[in-house]
Amino acid sequence: MSSTAPPPTRIGGARARQGDRVFRGTATAAGTAILLILAGVTAFLVAESIPALTAPAEEVPGGEGFARYVGPLLFGTVLAAIIALLVGAPLGVGIALYLSHFAPRRLAYGLGYVIDLLAAVPSIVFGLWGIFTLGPALVPIYVWLEANAGWIPFFAGPASATGRTILTAGLVLAAMILPVVTAISREIFSQTPRLHQEAALALGATRWEMIRYAVIPYGRSGVVSAAMLGLGRALGETMAVALVLSASGGVGLNLISSSNPGTIPANIALNFPEATGLAVNTLIATGLVLFVLTFAVNFAARAIVNRRAEFSGAN
Amino acid sequence: MGKRIDVSDLDIYYGDFLAVEKVTMVIEPRTVTALIGPSGCGKSTFLRSLNRMHEVIPGAHVEGKVVMDGQDIYGSDVDPVDVRRSIGMVFQRPNPFPTMSIAENVLAGQRLNNKRMRKAESEELVERSLRGANLWEEVKDRLGRPGSSLSGGQQQRLCIARAIAVQPQVLLMDEPCSALDPISTLAIEDLIGELKQDYTIVIVTHNMQQASRVSDETGFFNIAGTGKPGKLIEMADTTTMFSNPSQKATEDYVSGRFG
Repeated sequence: MSSTAPPPTRIGGARARQGDRVFRGTATAAGTAILLILAGVTAFLVAESIPALTAPAEEVPGGEGFARYVGPLLFGTVLAAIIALLVGAPLGVGIALYLSHFAPRRLAYGLGYVIDLLAAVPSIVFGLWGIFTLGPALVPIYVWLEANAGWIPFFAGPASATGRTILTAGLVLAAMILPVVTAISREIFSQTPRLHQEAALALGATRWEMIRYAVIPYGRSGVVSAAMLGLGRALGETMAVALVLSASGGVGLNLISSSNPGTIPANIALNFPEATGLAVNTLIATGLVLFVLTFAVNFAARAIVNRRAEFSGAN
Repeated sequence: MGKRIDVSDLDIYYGDFLAVEKVTMVIEPRTVTALIGPSGCGKSTFLRSLNRMHEVIPGAHVEGKVVMDGQDIYGSDVDPVDVRRSIGMVFQRPNPFPTMSIAENVLAGQRLNNKRMRKAESEELVERSLRGANLWEEVKDRLGRPGSSLSGGQQQRLCIARAIAVQPQVLLMDEPCSALDPISTLAIEDLIGELKQDYTIVIVTHNMQQASRVSDETGFFNIAGTGKPGKLIEMADTTTMFSNPSQKATEDYVSGRFG
Protein backbone atom coordinates (compact mmCIF):
# COMPACT_ATOMS: atom_id res chain seq x y z
CA MET A 1 0.00 0.00 0.00
CA SER A 2 1.29 3.41 -0.85
CA SER A 3 0.75 6.38 1.38
CA THR A 4 -0.28 8.80 -1.36
CA ALA A 5 -3.98 9.50 -1.34
CA PRO A 6 -5.90 8.56 -4.52
CA PRO A 7 -7.18 11.53 -6.55
CA PRO A 8 -10.60 12.57 -5.25
CA THR A 9 -13.39 10.95 -7.18
CA ARG A 10 -16.67 12.70 -7.71
CA ILE A 11 -19.44 10.54 -6.35
CA GLY A 12 -22.80 12.22 -6.53
CA GLY A 13 -21.04 15.32 -7.76
CA ALA A 14 -22.60 18.12 -9.73
CA ARG A 15 -22.19 16.68 -13.22
CA ALA A 16 -24.40 13.64 -13.79
CA ARG A 17 -23.37 11.30 -16.57
CA GLN A 18 -25.71 10.52 -19.45
CA GLY A 19 -25.90 6.81 -18.54
CA ASP A 20 -26.73 7.58 -14.93
CA ARG A 21 -29.55 9.89 -15.97
CA VAL A 22 -31.06 7.31 -18.32
CA PHE A 23 -30.82 4.55 -15.74
CA ARG A 24 -32.28 6.68 -13.03
CA GLY A 25 -35.12 7.74 -15.31
CA THR A 26 -36.08 4.18 -16.25
CA ALA A 27 -35.81 2.93 -12.67
CA THR A 28 -38.00 5.76 -11.40
CA ALA A 29 -40.50 5.16 -14.21
CA ALA A 30 -40.70 1.47 -13.39
CA GLY A 31 -41.21 2.19 -9.70
CA THR A 32 -43.89 4.76 -10.41
CA ALA A 33 -45.65 2.46 -12.87
CA ILE A 34 -46.26 -0.11 -10.13
CA LEU A 35 -47.97 2.48 -7.96
CA LEU A 36 -50.00 3.84 -10.87
CA ILE A 37 -51.20 0.38 -11.90
CA LEU A 38 -52.16 -0.44 -8.33
CA ALA A 39 -53.99 2.86 -7.98
CA GLY A 40 -55.74 2.30 -11.31
CA VAL A 41 -56.91 -1.17 -10.34
CA THR A 42 -58.16 0.08 -6.98
CA ALA A 43 -59.99 3.00 -8.56
CA PHE A 44 -61.66 0.72 -11.11
CA LEU A 45 -62.74 -1.81 -8.51
CA VAL A 46 -64.10 0.82 -6.14
CA ALA A 47 -65.91 2.76 -8.87
CA GLU A 48 -67.53 -0.33 -10.34
CA SER A 49 -68.41 -1.73 -6.93
CA ILE A 50 -70.28 1.28 -5.61
CA PRO A 51 -73.58 0.49 -7.41
CA ALA A 52 -73.63 -3.00 -5.88
CA LEU A 53 -72.65 -1.79 -2.44
CA THR A 54 -75.32 0.92 -2.37
CA ALA A 55 -78.12 -0.99 -4.12
CA PRO A 56 -81.18 -2.05 -2.13
CA ALA A 57 -80.79 -5.58 -0.78
CA GLU A 58 -83.46 -7.21 -2.98
CA GLU A 59 -81.83 -6.08 -6.24
CA VAL A 60 -78.49 -7.73 -5.54
CA PRO A 61 -78.31 -11.32 -6.89
CA GLY A 62 -79.61 -13.65 -4.20
CA GLY A 63 -81.96 -10.93 -3.04
CA GLU A 64 -80.49 -10.56 0.42
CA GLY A 65 -77.94 -7.82 -0.02
CA PHE A 66 -74.27 -7.76 -0.89
CA ALA A 67 -72.92 -8.90 2.47
CA ARG A 68 -75.08 -12.02 2.37
CA TYR A 69 -73.95 -12.65 -1.21
CA VAL A 70 -70.24 -12.32 -0.64
CA GLY A 71 -70.09 -13.93 2.81
CA PRO A 72 -70.25 -17.59 1.77
CA LEU A 73 -67.91 -16.94 -1.15
CA LEU A 74 -65.39 -15.27 1.12
CA PHE A 75 -65.67 -18.17 3.52
CA GLY A 76 -65.10 -20.69 0.72
CA THR A 77 -62.13 -18.75 -0.64
CA VAL A 78 -60.43 -18.58 2.72
CA LEU A 79 -61.24 -22.21 3.58
CA ALA A 80 -59.83 -23.57 0.30
CA ALA A 81 -56.73 -21.37 0.63
CA ILE A 82 -56.15 -22.45 4.23
CA ILE A 83 -56.40 -26.12 3.28
CA ALA A 84 -53.95 -25.46 0.45
CA LEU A 85 -51.56 -23.68 2.78
CA LEU A 86 -51.81 -26.27 5.57
CA VAL A 87 -50.96 -29.04 3.13
CA GLY A 88 -48.75 -27.23 0.64
CA ALA A 89 -46.52 -25.12 2.87
CA PRO A 90 -45.16 -27.82 5.22
CA LEU A 91 -44.73 -30.15 2.25
CA GLY A 92 -42.96 -27.47 0.25
CA VAL A 93 -40.66 -26.55 3.14
CA GLY A 94 -39.92 -30.23 3.72
CA ILE A 95 -39.05 -30.79 0.07
CA ALA A 96 -36.90 -27.64 0.11
CA LEU A 97 -34.98 -28.86 3.17
CA TYR A 98 -34.49 -32.26 1.59
CA LEU A 99 -33.20 -30.68 -1.62
CA SER A 100 -30.88 -28.22 0.11
CA HIS A 101 -29.47 -30.37 2.90
CA PHE A 102 -30.17 -34.06 2.49
CA ALA A 103 -30.42 -35.11 -1.15
CA PRO A 104 -27.32 -36.07 -3.12
CA ARG A 105 -26.37 -33.14 -5.31
CA ARG A 106 -27.35 -34.65 -8.64
CA LEU A 107 -30.72 -35.87 -7.40
CA ALA A 108 -31.38 -32.45 -5.86
CA TYR A 109 -30.70 -30.80 -9.18
CA GLY A 110 -33.09 -33.09 -11.04
CA LEU A 111 -35.83 -32.89 -8.44
CA GLY A 112 -35.59 -29.11 -8.26
CA TYR A 113 -36.05 -29.01 -12.00
CA VAL A 114 -39.16 -31.20 -11.82
CA ILE A 115 -40.64 -28.98 -9.10
CA ASP A 116 -40.04 -25.92 -11.26
CA LEU A 117 -41.78 -27.67 -14.15
CA LEU A 118 -44.81 -28.13 -11.91
CA ALA A 119 -45.08 -24.33 -11.80
CA ALA A 120 -45.28 -24.24 -15.59
CA VAL A 121 -48.35 -26.49 -15.76
CA PRO A 122 -51.40 -24.37 -16.76
CA SER A 123 -54.04 -24.13 -14.08
CA ILE A 124 -56.70 -25.60 -16.34
CA VAL A 125 -54.66 -28.81 -16.44
CA PHE A 126 -54.68 -28.90 -12.66
CA GLY A 127 -58.43 -28.41 -12.79
CA LEU A 128 -58.95 -31.29 -15.20
CA TRP A 129 -56.64 -33.47 -13.12
CA GLY A 130 -58.71 -32.58 -10.07
CA ILE A 131 -61.99 -33.54 -11.73
CA PHE A 132 -60.96 -36.70 -13.50
CA THR A 133 -58.19 -38.15 -11.35
CA LEU A 134 -57.83 -36.71 -7.89
CA GLY A 135 -61.56 -36.31 -7.14
CA PRO A 136 -62.60 -39.89 -7.98
CA ALA A 137 -59.48 -41.23 -6.29
CA LEU A 138 -60.42 -39.43 -3.09
CA VAL A 139 -64.01 -40.71 -2.99
CA PRO A 140 -63.19 -43.98 -1.15
CA ILE A 141 -61.10 -42.01 1.33
CA TYR A 142 -63.98 -39.60 1.94
CA VAL A 143 -66.33 -42.53 2.46
CA TRP A 144 -63.89 -44.06 4.93
CA LEU A 145 -63.46 -40.73 6.72
CA GLU A 146 -67.21 -40.31 7.04
CA ALA A 147 -67.55 -43.78 8.50
CA ASN A 148 -64.59 -43.64 10.86
CA ALA A 149 -63.98 -39.99 11.63
CA GLY A 150 -67.48 -38.67 11.17
CA TRP A 151 -67.53 -37.31 14.72
CA ILE A 152 -65.04 -34.65 13.62
CA PRO A 153 -67.12 -31.82 12.11
CA PHE A 154 -64.76 -31.66 9.11
CA PHE A 155 -65.69 -35.17 8.04
CA ALA A 156 -69.37 -35.23 9.00
CA GLY A 157 -70.44 -36.20 5.46
CA PRO A 158 -72.46 -37.35 3.65
CA ALA A 159 -69.43 -38.05 1.51
CA SER A 160 -69.58 -36.61 -1.99
CA ALA A 161 -70.05 -39.18 -4.75
CA THR A 162 -67.96 -37.24 -7.25
CA GLY A 163 -65.17 -36.15 -4.93
CA ARG A 164 -65.57 -32.56 -6.10
CA THR A 165 -65.45 -31.13 -2.60
CA ILE A 166 -63.78 -28.14 -1.00
CA LEU A 167 -61.12 -30.50 0.36
CA THR A 168 -60.33 -31.73 -3.15
CA ALA A 169 -60.15 -28.13 -4.36
CA GLY A 170 -57.83 -27.29 -1.46
CA LEU A 171 -55.59 -30.25 -2.31
CA VAL A 172 -55.41 -29.23 -5.97
CA LEU A 173 -54.47 -25.74 -4.82
CA ALA A 174 -51.84 -27.24 -2.53
CA ALA A 175 -50.23 -28.94 -5.53
CA MET A 176 -50.34 -25.60 -7.36
CA ILE A 177 -48.61 -23.59 -4.62
CA LEU A 178 -46.03 -26.31 -3.99
CA PRO A 179 -43.54 -25.10 -6.65
CA VAL A 180 -43.38 -21.50 -5.48
CA VAL A 181 -43.10 -22.45 -1.80
CA THR A 182 -40.45 -25.07 -2.56
CA ALA A 183 -38.39 -22.93 -4.93
CA ILE A 184 -38.19 -19.90 -2.64
CA SER A 185 -37.58 -21.94 0.53
CA ARG A 186 -34.87 -23.99 -1.16
CA GLU A 187 -33.15 -20.85 -2.35
CA ILE A 188 -33.20 -19.32 1.15
CA PHE A 189 -32.11 -22.52 2.89
CA SER A 190 -29.17 -23.02 0.56
CA GLN A 191 -28.01 -19.48 1.32
CA THR A 192 -27.67 -20.16 5.04
CA PRO A 193 -24.17 -18.96 5.92
CA ARG A 194 -21.75 -21.87 6.22
CA LEU A 195 -20.40 -20.21 9.34
CA HIS A 196 -23.70 -20.60 11.21
CA GLN A 197 -24.10 -24.20 10.13
CA GLU A 198 -20.58 -25.00 11.27
CA ALA A 199 -21.20 -23.20 14.56
CA ALA A 200 -24.01 -25.63 15.28
CA LEU A 201 -22.09 -28.69 14.08
CA ALA A 202 -19.05 -27.76 16.16
CA LEU A 203 -21.25 -27.67 19.25
CA GLY A 204 -22.14 -31.28 18.58
CA ALA A 205 -25.37 -30.86 16.68
CA THR A 206 -26.69 -33.67 14.52
CA ARG A 207 -27.72 -32.74 11.01
CA TRP A 208 -31.34 -32.22 12.01
CA GLU A 209 -30.34 -30.16 15.07
CA MET A 210 -28.07 -28.07 12.87
CA ILE A 211 -31.03 -27.40 10.57
CA ARG A 212 -33.18 -26.44 13.55
CA TYR A 213 -30.52 -24.14 15.00
CA ALA A 214 -29.10 -22.48 11.92
CA VAL A 215 -31.03 -23.16 8.74
CA ILE A 216 -34.68 -22.79 9.71
CA PRO A 217 -34.28 -19.64 11.84
CA TYR A 218 -32.21 -18.08 9.09
CA GLY A 219 -34.85 -18.90 6.47
CA ARG A 220 -37.89 -18.03 8.57
CA SER A 221 -38.77 -14.72 6.96
CA GLY A 222 -38.15 -16.18 3.52
CA VAL A 223 -40.42 -19.12 4.26
CA VAL A 224 -43.17 -16.79 5.49
CA SER A 225 -42.85 -14.79 2.27
CA ALA A 226 -42.96 -17.99 0.24
CA ALA A 227 -46.08 -19.15 2.08
CA MET A 228 -47.72 -15.76 1.50
CA LEU A 229 -46.96 -15.87 -2.22
CA GLY A 230 -48.49 -19.33 -2.24
CA LEU A 231 -51.49 -18.12 -0.27
CA GLY A 232 -51.90 -15.28 -2.76
CA ARG A 233 -52.00 -17.77 -5.59
CA ALA A 234 -54.42 -20.03 -3.74
CA LEU A 235 -56.76 -17.12 -2.93
CA GLY A 236 -56.78 -15.88 -6.50
CA GLU A 237 -56.82 -19.19 -8.38
CA THR A 238 -59.77 -19.25 -10.73
CA MET A 239 -59.84 -21.97 -13.37
CA ALA A 240 -58.79 -24.96 -11.30
CA VAL A 241 -61.30 -24.23 -8.56
CA ALA A 242 -64.07 -23.39 -11.03
CA LEU A 243 -63.60 -26.82 -12.58
CA VAL A 244 -63.04 -28.92 -9.48
CA LEU A 245 -65.42 -27.48 -6.95
CA SER A 246 -69.12 -28.20 -7.22
CA ALA A 247 -70.33 -25.15 -5.37
CA SER A 248 -73.78 -25.01 -3.89
CA GLY A 249 -73.32 -22.16 -1.48
CA GLY A 250 -73.44 -23.99 1.85
CA VAL A 251 -71.36 -22.50 4.63
CA GLY A 252 -69.93 -25.04 7.01
CA LEU A 253 -66.82 -26.81 8.12
CA ASN A 254 -67.83 -30.05 6.42
CA LEU A 255 -65.00 -30.67 3.99
CA ILE A 256 -66.16 -33.84 2.24
CA SER A 257 -69.82 -33.32 1.40
CA SER A 258 -71.26 -32.23 -1.92
CA SER A 259 -72.62 -29.02 -0.40
CA ASN A 260 -69.68 -26.66 -0.71
CA PRO A 261 -69.23 -22.92 -0.60
CA GLY A 262 -67.86 -21.41 -3.80
CA THR A 263 -64.82 -19.18 -4.00
CA ILE A 264 -64.75 -15.57 -5.14
CA PRO A 265 -62.59 -15.95 -8.26
CA ALA A 266 -64.27 -19.15 -9.42
CA ASN A 267 -67.67 -17.58 -8.83
CA ILE A 268 -66.71 -14.58 -10.96
CA ALA A 269 -65.48 -16.82 -13.76
CA LEU A 270 -68.61 -18.98 -13.71
CA ASN A 271 -71.16 -16.15 -13.55
CA PHE A 272 -69.57 -13.30 -15.45
CA PRO A 273 -70.52 -14.44 -18.99
CA GLU A 274 -74.25 -14.29 -18.23
CA ALA A 275 -74.21 -11.34 -15.87
CA THR A 276 -75.73 -8.00 -16.80
CA GLY A 277 -76.30 -4.71 -15.02
CA LEU A 278 -76.10 -4.80 -11.27
CA ALA A 279 -74.97 -8.45 -11.30
CA VAL A 280 -71.74 -7.34 -13.00
CA ASN A 281 -71.20 -4.69 -10.34
CA THR A 282 -71.82 -7.28 -7.66
CA LEU A 283 -69.21 -9.62 -9.12
CA ILE A 284 -66.68 -6.80 -9.33
CA ALA A 285 -67.46 -5.89 -5.73
CA THR A 286 -66.62 -9.46 -4.71
CA GLY A 287 -63.35 -8.92 -6.56
CA LEU A 288 -62.75 -5.84 -4.44
CA VAL A 289 -63.30 -7.90 -1.30
CA LEU A 290 -60.71 -10.41 -2.51
CA PHE A 291 -58.31 -7.56 -3.29
CA VAL A 292 -58.65 -6.17 0.23
CA LEU A 293 -58.22 -9.66 1.71
CA THR A 294 -54.96 -10.35 -0.16
CA PHE A 295 -53.68 -6.94 0.87
CA ALA A 296 -54.48 -7.63 4.50
CA VAL A 297 -52.79 -11.03 4.32
CA ASN A 298 -49.63 -9.48 2.90
CA PHE A 299 -49.53 -6.78 5.54
CA ALA A 300 -49.98 -9.37 8.26
CA ALA A 301 -47.15 -11.45 6.82
CA ARG A 302 -44.88 -8.46 6.73
CA ALA A 303 -45.73 -7.62 10.32
CA ILE A 304 -44.87 -11.18 11.37
CA VAL A 305 -41.53 -11.00 9.60
CA ASN A 306 -40.67 -7.56 10.99
CA ARG A 307 -41.58 -8.37 14.55
CA ARG A 308 -38.32 -10.23 15.02
CA ALA A 309 -36.29 -8.37 12.40
CA GLU A 310 -33.55 -7.76 14.96
CA PHE A 311 -33.03 -11.48 15.26
CA SER A 312 -33.31 -12.21 11.56
CA GLY A 313 -29.64 -12.60 10.79
CA ALA A 314 -29.81 -9.79 8.27
CA ASN A 315 -27.70 -7.57 10.50
CA MET B 1 -10.71 -31.43 32.44
CA GLY B 2 -8.26 -31.03 29.61
CA LYS B 3 -7.17 -34.15 27.76
CA ARG B 4 -4.05 -35.16 25.91
CA ILE B 5 -4.27 -35.73 22.17
CA ASP B 6 -1.98 -38.08 20.24
CA VAL B 7 -1.96 -37.64 16.49
CA SER B 8 -0.13 -40.28 14.51
CA ASP B 9 0.49 -40.46 10.75
CA LEU B 10 -2.54 -38.38 9.89
CA ASP B 11 -3.18 -37.85 6.17
CA ILE B 12 -5.97 -35.39 5.38
CA TYR B 13 -7.75 -35.42 2.03
CA TYR B 14 -10.21 -33.30 0.10
CA GLY B 15 -11.61 -35.93 -2.25
CA ASP B 16 -8.51 -37.38 -3.95
CA PHE B 17 -6.35 -34.39 -3.11
CA LEU B 18 -3.93 -34.97 -0.25
CA ALA B 19 -3.95 -31.66 1.64
CA VAL B 20 -1.88 -32.53 4.69
CA GLU B 21 0.57 -35.41 4.89
CA LYS B 22 1.74 -37.62 7.75
CA VAL B 23 1.28 -35.44 10.78
CA THR B 24 2.46 -36.89 14.07
CA MET B 25 2.00 -34.66 17.09
CA VAL B 26 1.38 -34.82 20.80
CA ILE B 27 -0.77 -32.14 22.38
CA GLU B 28 -0.30 -32.00 26.13
CA PRO B 29 -3.23 -31.40 28.46
CA ARG B 30 -3.80 -27.89 29.78
CA THR B 31 -1.32 -26.25 27.46
CA VAL B 32 -1.71 -23.84 24.59
CA THR B 33 -0.41 -25.22 21.31
CA ALA B 34 -0.03 -22.74 18.46
CA LEU B 35 0.01 -23.83 14.82
CA ILE B 36 1.78 -21.41 12.51
CA GLY B 37 2.74 -21.44 8.86
CA PRO B 38 2.13 -19.68 5.55
CA SER B 39 -1.35 -19.53 3.96
CA GLY B 40 -2.55 -22.77 2.42
CA CYS B 41 -0.14 -24.96 4.39
CA GLY B 42 -2.97 -26.97 5.93
CA LYS B 43 -2.89 -25.78 9.53
CA SER B 44 -6.60 -24.92 9.60
CA THR B 45 -7.40 -28.16 7.82
CA PHE B 46 -5.39 -30.04 10.44
CA LEU B 47 -7.16 -28.18 13.25
CA ARG B 48 -10.57 -29.05 11.82
CA SER B 49 -9.61 -32.71 11.61
CA LEU B 50 -9.07 -32.76 15.38
CA ASN B 51 -12.82 -32.53 16.08
CA ARG B 52 -14.01 -34.15 12.85
CA MET B 53 -15.26 -30.85 11.45
CA HIS B 54 -13.11 -31.53 8.39
CA GLU B 55 -15.47 -34.19 7.15
CA VAL B 56 -18.51 -31.90 6.90
CA ILE B 57 -17.07 -30.79 3.57
CA PRO B 58 -18.28 -33.22 0.88
CA GLY B 59 -15.56 -35.69 -0.09
CA ALA B 60 -13.24 -34.75 2.76
CA HIS B 61 -11.74 -37.59 4.79
CA VAL B 62 -8.65 -38.56 6.75
CA GLU B 63 -6.40 -41.58 7.24
CA GLY B 64 -4.43 -42.16 10.41
CA LYS B 65 -5.16 -41.86 14.08
CA VAL B 66 -6.18 -39.15 16.49
CA VAL B 67 -6.27 -40.62 19.97
CA MET B 68 -7.82 -38.77 22.87
CA ASP B 69 -8.20 -40.42 26.25
CA GLY B 70 -7.23 -43.81 24.84
CA GLN B 71 -9.88 -43.66 22.14
CA ASP B 72 -9.32 -43.09 18.43
CA ILE B 73 -11.81 -40.34 17.54
CA TYR B 74 -11.90 -41.74 14.01
CA GLY B 75 -12.76 -45.22 15.27
CA SER B 76 -15.64 -46.91 13.46
CA ASP B 77 -17.81 -46.92 16.58
CA VAL B 78 -17.29 -43.24 17.38
CA ASP B 79 -20.03 -40.76 16.55
CA PRO B 80 -18.60 -37.46 15.25
CA VAL B 81 -21.36 -35.68 17.14
CA ASP B 82 -19.94 -36.95 20.45
CA VAL B 83 -16.42 -35.96 19.42
CA ARG B 84 -17.54 -32.39 18.72
CA ARG B 85 -19.32 -32.21 22.06
CA SER B 86 -16.08 -32.83 23.91
CA ILE B 87 -13.81 -30.85 21.57
CA GLY B 88 -15.14 -27.32 21.17
CA MET B 89 -14.29 -24.92 18.39
CA VAL B 90 -14.03 -21.16 17.88
CA PHE B 91 -13.96 -19.91 14.32
CA GLN B 92 -12.09 -17.27 12.42
CA ARG B 93 -15.08 -14.99 12.14
CA PRO B 94 -17.40 -14.62 15.12
CA ASN B 95 -20.52 -16.66 14.43
CA PRO B 96 -23.11 -16.32 17.18
CA PHE B 97 -26.52 -17.61 16.09
CA PRO B 98 -28.16 -14.43 14.79
CA THR B 99 -31.65 -15.60 15.65
CA MET B 100 -30.84 -16.22 19.30
CA SER B 101 -30.33 -13.85 22.19
CA ILE B 102 -27.03 -13.61 24.04
CA ALA B 103 -28.25 -15.96 26.76
CA GLU B 104 -29.72 -18.43 24.26
CA ASN B 105 -26.42 -18.48 22.40
CA VAL B 106 -24.57 -19.49 25.56
CA LEU B 107 -27.13 -22.21 26.29
CA ALA B 108 -27.26 -23.52 22.71
CA GLY B 109 -24.86 -26.41 23.32
CA GLN B 110 -26.56 -27.38 26.54
CA ARG B 111 -29.92 -27.50 24.82
CA LEU B 112 -28.41 -29.78 22.18
CA ASN B 113 -27.41 -32.22 24.86
CA ASN B 114 -31.11 -32.39 25.72
CA LYS B 115 -30.37 -31.45 29.26
CA ARG B 116 -33.41 -30.00 30.89
CA MET B 117 -32.30 -27.29 33.24
CA ARG B 118 -34.15 -25.33 35.80
CA LYS B 119 -34.25 -21.59 35.26
CA ALA B 120 -31.88 -20.86 38.11
CA GLU B 121 -29.44 -23.48 36.84
CA SER B 122 -29.38 -22.12 33.32
CA GLU B 123 -29.00 -18.56 34.57
CA GLU B 124 -26.09 -19.72 36.64
CA LEU B 125 -24.52 -21.43 33.63
CA VAL B 126 -24.97 -18.33 31.48
CA GLU B 127 -23.28 -16.18 34.09
CA ARG B 128 -20.45 -18.66 34.70
CA SER B 129 -19.73 -19.09 30.98
CA LEU B 130 -19.88 -15.37 30.23
CA ARG B 131 -17.62 -14.64 33.19
CA GLY B 132 -15.28 -17.34 31.90
CA ALA B 133 -15.14 -15.49 28.59
CA ASN B 134 -14.67 -12.09 30.28
CA LEU B 135 -17.89 -10.83 28.80
CA TRP B 136 -20.29 -10.86 31.75
CA GLU B 137 -19.78 -7.28 32.92
CA GLU B 138 -20.40 -5.94 29.41
CA VAL B 139 -23.60 -7.83 28.65
CA LYS B 140 -25.24 -8.68 31.98
CA ASP B 141 -27.92 -6.01 31.47
CA ARG B 142 -28.89 -7.12 28.00
CA LEU B 143 -28.88 -10.90 27.95
CA GLY B 144 -32.10 -10.91 25.96
CA ARG B 145 -30.68 -8.85 23.12
CA PRO B 146 -29.58 -10.58 19.91
CA GLY B 147 -25.99 -11.83 19.83
CA SER B 148 -25.45 -9.93 16.60
CA SER B 149 -25.97 -6.62 18.45
CA LEU B 150 -22.51 -6.96 20.03
CA SER B 151 -19.23 -5.69 18.61
CA GLY B 152 -16.94 -8.10 16.76
CA GLY B 153 -14.67 -8.70 19.73
CA GLN B 154 -17.63 -9.21 22.05
CA GLN B 155 -19.22 -11.61 19.57
CA GLN B 156 -16.02 -13.65 19.49
CA ARG B 157 -15.97 -13.82 23.28
CA LEU B 158 -19.65 -14.83 23.16
CA CYS B 159 -18.62 -17.68 20.87
CA ILE B 160 -15.96 -18.69 23.37
CA ALA B 161 -18.56 -18.58 26.15
CA ARG B 162 -20.83 -20.75 24.02
CA ALA B 163 -18.00 -23.22 23.45
CA ILE B 164 -17.00 -23.49 27.13
CA ALA B 165 -20.58 -23.69 28.38
CA VAL B 166 -20.66 -27.38 27.46
CA GLN B 167 -17.40 -27.92 29.36
CA PRO B 168 -15.38 -29.49 26.58
CA GLN B 169 -12.04 -31.23 27.11
CA VAL B 170 -10.31 -29.35 24.35
CA LEU B 171 -10.84 -25.96 22.73
CA LEU B 172 -9.79 -25.46 19.10
CA MET B 173 -9.38 -21.91 17.86
CA ASP B 174 -9.05 -21.15 14.17
CA GLU B 175 -7.44 -17.71 13.90
CA PRO B 176 -9.83 -16.35 16.52
CA CYS B 177 -8.43 -12.81 16.39
CA SER B 178 -7.90 -12.29 12.70
CA ALA B 179 -11.15 -10.33 12.29
CA LEU B 180 -10.65 -8.26 15.46
CA ASP B 181 -9.03 -4.97 16.42
CA PRO B 182 -5.92 -4.89 18.67
CA ILE B 183 -7.85 -4.18 21.89
CA SER B 184 -10.26 -7.07 21.34
CA THR B 185 -7.31 -9.25 20.34
CA LEU B 186 -5.62 -8.46 23.63
CA ALA B 187 -8.82 -9.36 25.51
CA ILE B 188 -8.97 -12.73 23.76
CA GLU B 189 -5.28 -13.43 24.33
CA ASP B 190 -5.65 -12.71 28.05
CA LEU B 191 -8.63 -15.03 28.07
CA ILE B 192 -6.63 -17.82 26.40
CA GLY B 193 -4.07 -17.51 29.20
CA GLU B 194 -6.83 -18.02 31.79
CA LEU B 195 -8.60 -20.80 29.92
CA LYS B 196 -5.53 -23.01 29.71
CA GLN B 197 -5.82 -23.70 33.43
CA ASP B 198 -8.87 -25.80 32.61
CA TYR B 199 -8.71 -26.66 28.94
CA THR B 200 -6.32 -28.00 26.36
CA ILE B 201 -6.13 -25.30 23.72
CA VAL B 202 -4.98 -25.53 20.12
CA ILE B 203 -4.85 -22.24 18.24
CA VAL B 204 -4.12 -21.55 14.59
CA THR B 205 -2.65 -18.12 14.02
CA HIS B 206 -1.08 -16.10 11.27
CA ASN B 207 0.39 -13.75 13.78
CA MET B 208 3.77 -14.94 15.07
CA GLN B 209 3.82 -12.41 17.89
CA GLN B 210 0.52 -13.82 19.01
CA ALA B 211 1.89 -17.36 18.89
CA SER B 212 4.89 -16.35 21.00
CA ARG B 213 2.68 -14.46 23.45
CA VAL B 214 0.03 -17.06 24.15
CA SER B 215 1.42 -20.51 23.47
CA ASP B 216 3.53 -23.06 25.30
CA GLU B 217 4.19 -25.27 22.28
CA THR B 218 4.39 -24.26 18.65
CA GLY B 219 4.06 -26.38 15.52
CA PHE B 220 5.24 -25.05 12.18
CA PHE B 221 3.49 -26.22 9.01
CA ASN B 222 4.86 -25.62 5.55
CA ILE B 223 4.10 -26.51 1.97
CA ALA B 224 6.63 -27.37 -0.73
CA GLY B 225 4.63 -25.72 -3.50
CA THR B 226 1.12 -25.27 -4.92
CA GLY B 227 -0.70 -28.60 -5.19
CA LYS B 228 1.72 -30.31 -2.83
CA PRO B 229 0.55 -31.50 0.59
CA GLY B 230 1.27 -29.45 3.70
CA LYS B 231 3.53 -30.98 6.32
CA LEU B 232 4.36 -30.47 9.95
CA ILE B 233 7.97 -29.31 9.68
CA GLU B 234 8.82 -28.97 13.32
CA MET B 235 7.24 -28.82 16.72
CA ALA B 236 8.84 -27.75 19.98
CA ASP B 237 8.23 -25.49 22.95
CA THR B 238 7.54 -21.95 21.86
CA THR B 239 10.72 -20.36 23.21
CA THR B 240 12.90 -22.82 21.32
CA MET B 241 10.87 -22.45 18.13
CA PHE B 242 11.30 -18.70 18.09
CA SER B 243 14.91 -18.51 19.28
CA ASN B 244 16.65 -21.64 18.14
CA PRO B 245 14.62 -23.81 15.73
CA SER B 246 16.26 -26.92 14.36
CA GLN B 247 14.97 -26.51 10.81
CA LYS B 248 16.13 -23.85 8.36
CA ALA B 249 12.58 -23.30 7.02
CA THR B 250 11.27 -22.62 10.53
CA GLU B 251 13.97 -20.09 11.17
CA ASP B 252 13.28 -18.34 7.86
CA TYR B 253 9.57 -18.20 8.62
CA VAL B 254 9.71 -17.00 12.23
CA SER B 255 12.32 -14.38 11.35
CA GLY B 256 10.03 -13.05 8.66
CA ARG B 257 12.08 -14.07 5.63
CA PHE B 258 9.01 -15.57 3.92
CA GLY B 259 5.34 -16.20 4.56
